[in-house]
Amino acid sequence: MTGRPAGRPLVPAYLSTGGVARPSRPHMERLTVLALTGEPLRQGPPQGSPEGLPAAGLALLEALEGGSLAVVEAAALLRLPVSAVRVLAADLEDRRLVLARPPIPPAGRFDPDLLKRVADGLRALKHD
Amino acid sequence: MASAPSSTTSAPSGTTGAPGEKDRVHLPDTARDLVKILVAGPFGVGKTTLIGSVSEIRPLHTEEHLSEASAEVDDLAGVRDKTTTTVAIDFGRVSLPGGVVLYLFGTPGQERFRALWDDIAYGALGALVLVDSRRIDASFDVLGLVEESGLPYAVALNEFPDAPRHHGVERLRRALDLEADTPMVTCDARDANSSIDALLALVDHLLTRDPVEAR
Repeated sequence: MTGRPAGRPLVPAYLSTGGVARPSRPHMERLTVLALTGEPLRQGPPQGSPEGLPAAGLALLEALEGGSLAVVEAAALLRLPVSAVRVLAADLEDRRLVLARPPIPPAGRFDPDLLKRVADGLRALKHD
Repeated sequence: MASAPSSTTSAPSGTTGAPGEKDRVHLPDTARDLVKILVAGPFGVGKTTLIGSVSEIRPLHTEEHLSEASAEVDDLAGVRDKTTTTVAIDFGRVSLPGGVVLYLFGTPGQERFRALWDDIAYGALGALVLVDSRRIDASFDVLGLVEESGLPYAVALNEFPDAPRHHGVERLRRALDLEADTPMVTCDARDANSSIDALLALVDHLLTRDPVEAR
């Protein structure tokens, strides 16, 4: 646990999403990977128009310009609650501006092959 | 509406030092399977220290609203309430060879964090419970939460310099009321190799468990 960074976010969480409280898609998890679709932002309607995007949505797009991010990383960088980023990311996915790739489903997490890769990977990380 | 923070790729405020490798938050192109392990324990037990010693990025944190984290975790209702308390949840990340990216979430153990706990624990491989042998009773709550959530776990005693040595492993196990097959290791959360060994104790435990249990 660390202390809060100095100051408060300029946009309160309940306004960052434009007043929307629930994501339009159910699968946004902390480890869902977000990436830009590559659709140009400045494109006419109906798809890919930045019009109507809350400022935080634009900030999320901007953050993804450097590469893909997990939802929780985007929340940390934008200093928004995870729940707000879930709403924003689902909206951007609806607008085909963002691709969202869900993490391994809980049923698959005890796959021995996956666990072995985690164990081997951790061992490889150790240095003398 | 005021704009959100514009410099979204820089390190969060509060960190020091020149920008470097640890400030590159974006995922590597090789990232394929994202998994998480909870690093759980009471305040001050060394969760963030352990995460920081292993993480490839400077540990980040999210502000979590305790009142919002109900059964409906995606509901923002209540955030407007000024009395909502927030807690900072630290996390770090390690990209492993083979496309696996391991996230470590520092998770506080008090009972009042239960709903938040459930949300963070969803889909986790397991939990590494950090214990300070000078104050074992501070870890009872967190052990209760881990057990109730059904997450497999291992216990790591974070060795503080003034902690009593050789407390007696069996006595500690009894005091913590651990199952016979629950791994318990000692570690120095400041040391990367030592922290990795503690995580390995958990992952090896996951690999050797009865597969019938792993549901």
